[in-house]
Amino acid sequence: MSASYEKTDGFNRRAFLKGSGAVAAAASLHQQASEVSAADSKEVVSGSKKITLNVNGEDVSVEVEPRTTLLEALRYQLDLTGAKPVSMDGSSGASTVLINGKPKMASTTLAIACRRKEITTVEGLGTDIPKAFVEADAQQCGFCTPGFVVAVSAFLDKNPDASNDEIRNGLNGNICRCGTYSNVIDAVTNVVKGG
Amino acid sequence: MAQVEDKQAQGPQGPYSWPSRKDSKVIGKNHERMDGIEKSTGAAKYTYDVNLKNQLIAKALGSPHAHCRINGIDTTAAEKVPGVVDVHILPHAEAGSEIKWQGELLAIVSAESEGAAAEGVDALKVDYEVLDSFTSDSDLKGAEEAGVTARGGGKVETVNEPGDDDDEDEWVDAEIERLFKESKHVVEGYYGIDAITHCCLEPHGSTVAWEGDKLKAYLSTQNVSGTDEGFANDLEISADSVDVECTYIGGGFGSKFAPDYWGIAAARISKRTGRPVKLMLSRDQELKLGGNRPSGYLQVKLGANADGVVQVWDSHHWGTSGVSGSGVSHTVVPYVLVPPNYRRKATAVRTNLVRARAWRAPNHPQACAITQTAIDDLAATMGKDSYDVFMANLVNANNEKADVYAEEMKIGAKLIDWKAKWHPHGKGERNGSIVEGLGMALHTWGGVANTSECTVKIHPDGGVSSFCGTQDIGSGTKTVCAMVLAETLGLSTNQVTVNYGSSTYPFSGASGGSTTVGAVSESHRRAATDALTVLKGKVAEKIGADAGTLVASDGRIHVAGNKDKGLGWKEACGLLGLKPLEITRGHTRGDASPLSNSGVGGVQMAHVCVDLDTGVVKMKEFVAVQDQGLVINPVTCKSQIYGAVIMGIAAALYEQRIADPATGALLNAELADYQLARLGDIGDIKIELYEPESERQRGVIGNGEPPAISPVAAISNAVANAIGARVSTAPYTPQRVLEALKNA
Repeated sequence: MSASYEKTDGFNRRAFLKGSGAVAAAASLHQQASEVSAADSKEVVSGSKKITLNVNGEDVSVEVEPRTTLLEALRYQLDLTGAKPVSMDGSSGASTVLINGKPKMASTTLAIACRRKEITTVEGLGTDIPKAFVEADAQQCGFCTPGFVVAVSAFLDKNPDASNDEIRNGLNGNICRCGTYSNVIDAVTNVVKGG
Repeated sequence: MAQVEDKQAQGPQGPYSWPSRKDSKVIGKNHERMDGIEKSTGAAKYTYDVNLKNQLIAKALGSPHAHCRINGIDTTAAEKVPGVVDVHILPHAEAGSEIKWQGELLAIVSAESEGAAAEGVDALKVDYEVLDSFTSDSDLKGAEEAGVTARGGGKVETVNEPGDDDDEDEWVDAEIERLFKESKHVVEGYYGIDAITHCCLEPHGSTVAWEGDKLKAYLSTQNVSGTDEGFANDLEISADSVDVECTYIGGGFGSKFAPDYWGIAAARISKRTGRPVKLMLSRDQELKLGGNRPSGYLQVKLGANADGVVQVWDSHHWGTSGVSGSGVSHTVVPYVLVPPNYRRKATAVRTNLVRARAWRAPNHPQACAITQTAIDDLAATMGKDSYDVFMANLVNANNEKADVYAEEMKIGAKLIDWKAKWHPHGKGERNGSIVEGLGMALHTWGGVANTSECTVKIHPDGGVSSFCGTQDIGSGTKTVCAMVLAETLGLSTNQVTVNYGSSTYPFSGASGGSTTVGAVSESHRRAATDALTVLKGKVAEKIGADAGTLVASDGRIHVAGNKDKGLGWKEACGLLGLKPLEITRGHTRGDASPLSNSGVGGVQMAHVCVDLDTGVVKMKEFVAVQDQGLVINPVTCKSQIYGAVIMGIAAALYEQRIADPATGALLNAELADYQLARLGDIGDIKIELYEPESERQRGVIGNGEPPAISPVAAISNAVANAIGARVSTAPYTPQRVLEALKNA
């Protein structure tokens, strides 16, 4: 969530909020947007715009509106469907991606706020942690698994020697409905031990 | 292996059997989930992930009211939203229609993007006439006053019988009264369990496209083979014209057996617009419409003899399955431990809530939670160890299963160290404001093998593939299919290709009721066995041996005991000539078979901590001992049990569907509000697969449902043991724990 509020390349939160308030009528949106733009001398985007995102180490072009989430851009334009739409408020963790190395919810991050940031999705993470999940059978239906894998990756970056208690306290942002938590704990424990 | 088969071939059960434990090379050994890496790297494509060229994204408007009349829907503004291509009013939402639960979809907007579809939905203007609603399912008196109750069934069973001249009702009243007077211990209690939602992480929905008059439906479904008809019936086309595909499904738990009216609507919109349409429910729609488990509330009086064995049970329970009333079936009350005399009565409460759907072991978890808690209260009343009282009451369990339960109880007690840790209810050591407690429960389930057909194809180059219209709902079905083929053909699992998840493959029944592992084991074992017989005949001819002496192992078909006398797999398959060998075999649900069976038990024990100051319950330890006949893949079998237990922990401590009694609105239909267990909430879970030779000989039995039954009762009993008071209704939230302590 915080990613979309950070000030980057001339796009800031205040300008965005003002600009996105009027989604109903394109004409008034343009009018309001240009007023904001003049007042703040910031870039204000309305309508559709081509932007470049850096995803999994590659610059890619996507066409977005201000309201387009990073999750939508990844899934509909880049065929990166590992991050899942489970809860638009981010409370499930299923859309977890790394933005500049930090875990963020792609469902609550606007694509346009991600320019000039390094975005890593589960597809770009490598297979060490996925393999640990397979070995511990830390998945059933698997819909939550990619989000969990990214969350575990970020967690282990910060806590490479995590204890059992730290694992149990540090991975509560992801929901698994099938109930694979015991196996996830095993998977993470095995990575720590093997690491 | 071959010798066993040959012996079986002459027996009454046909040529099919499982290899002995000693002879098994693949079955019974831990095998990694074969689609695990696809799932964990994000490569697996679920229905939600299927994006077709030129597709429209559809979003729906749901009714904000639990009960209303639709006077009309104005679509003008929605149609003008840039990017909106189609606005579809659902037939049940035409002007004048009555809507009977919140969330019911009214209209669907299809657009070029999610944003445009959402904006279109926001622009729909609906003229509602709000009507009175009733959603207070636990409030029996209120329901009776509102006139929304109906008889939900019942039964009386007594050892003695009324005389010819007796009025039956009066006699039963007197007999039950007499039995209570005779009882050494009498317990009266009220127990409940609130409704919960399936909350599949991948919501219900589909991506559909027409190719001429043929419909291709990527559907999130537990019923690949059966759903083509669901589409076809409503669209008035032949099932032959519908292909349903689902390789990966993001959770179903009993709620995804049909295309649903929104799937049919997607197909209609696709036909009209000439474009593929993706329609997945939003999160709140998923929680409101996508499935829920009926609630159950029970008032009971029971009487036991001096040993604590229940002799008489008299109960009345009620609850709701939504608009149809219904509720928990009376047939499972009392549960597993059925005393010789009982009277049960059920009342169905009609509510302005969507119809319930099958939820992992329909009726059983609620029945267990509202009845085996009473058994534990009997132990508390007697001041006896709950374990001993449950053990004594096994005389009231199904005779065939009583010994299995007893063995499983012993194993469970050892794993959780019951005898060392148990203390009389409410009399444990207090550590600051923290107290601990133990509780147990036991369950039963069928798990019969569903109908299933499989085609095994062996190519002259040695390639082996199977085709079966089953689905892998996360239980590891694909892996089980591969293991059965590999075991049967003497190959490794990476030498076989398992094809499933398409309605164009041979029919295989829906994955519901723990029927899949038996189903696919049957069909794959049968088809592979018969294919191997053909191949053995060719090899026998070639090497001049008796086909009956041949076995397939380690990638060869050879004379038993003489590896050198035979052919390598590829060479053997080369004898097929130019044409692949193709054999289809199947099993019909209910047919007796040496390969599968039904009827399992299972015992579970919980160890909890309760903070008396805050009312917070935390899981410390949980033990599940489960029988399921012959286990094909222990690792995925255990995962099913872990999952069932964790779901049960959620239902016991966190989950409930909350409806506002005034408006009928669901107050927690987003995941931030709908509380589920998280990774840190589950404590240590220990699983024991109970598989002595006597169980293994029974054949394969499904285990998805049974371990999901006991957790709530076991945890309730552990909480009662900790705090010395019964928290009547699940989930056992801090507020309810504090109330129970206050009233104790």
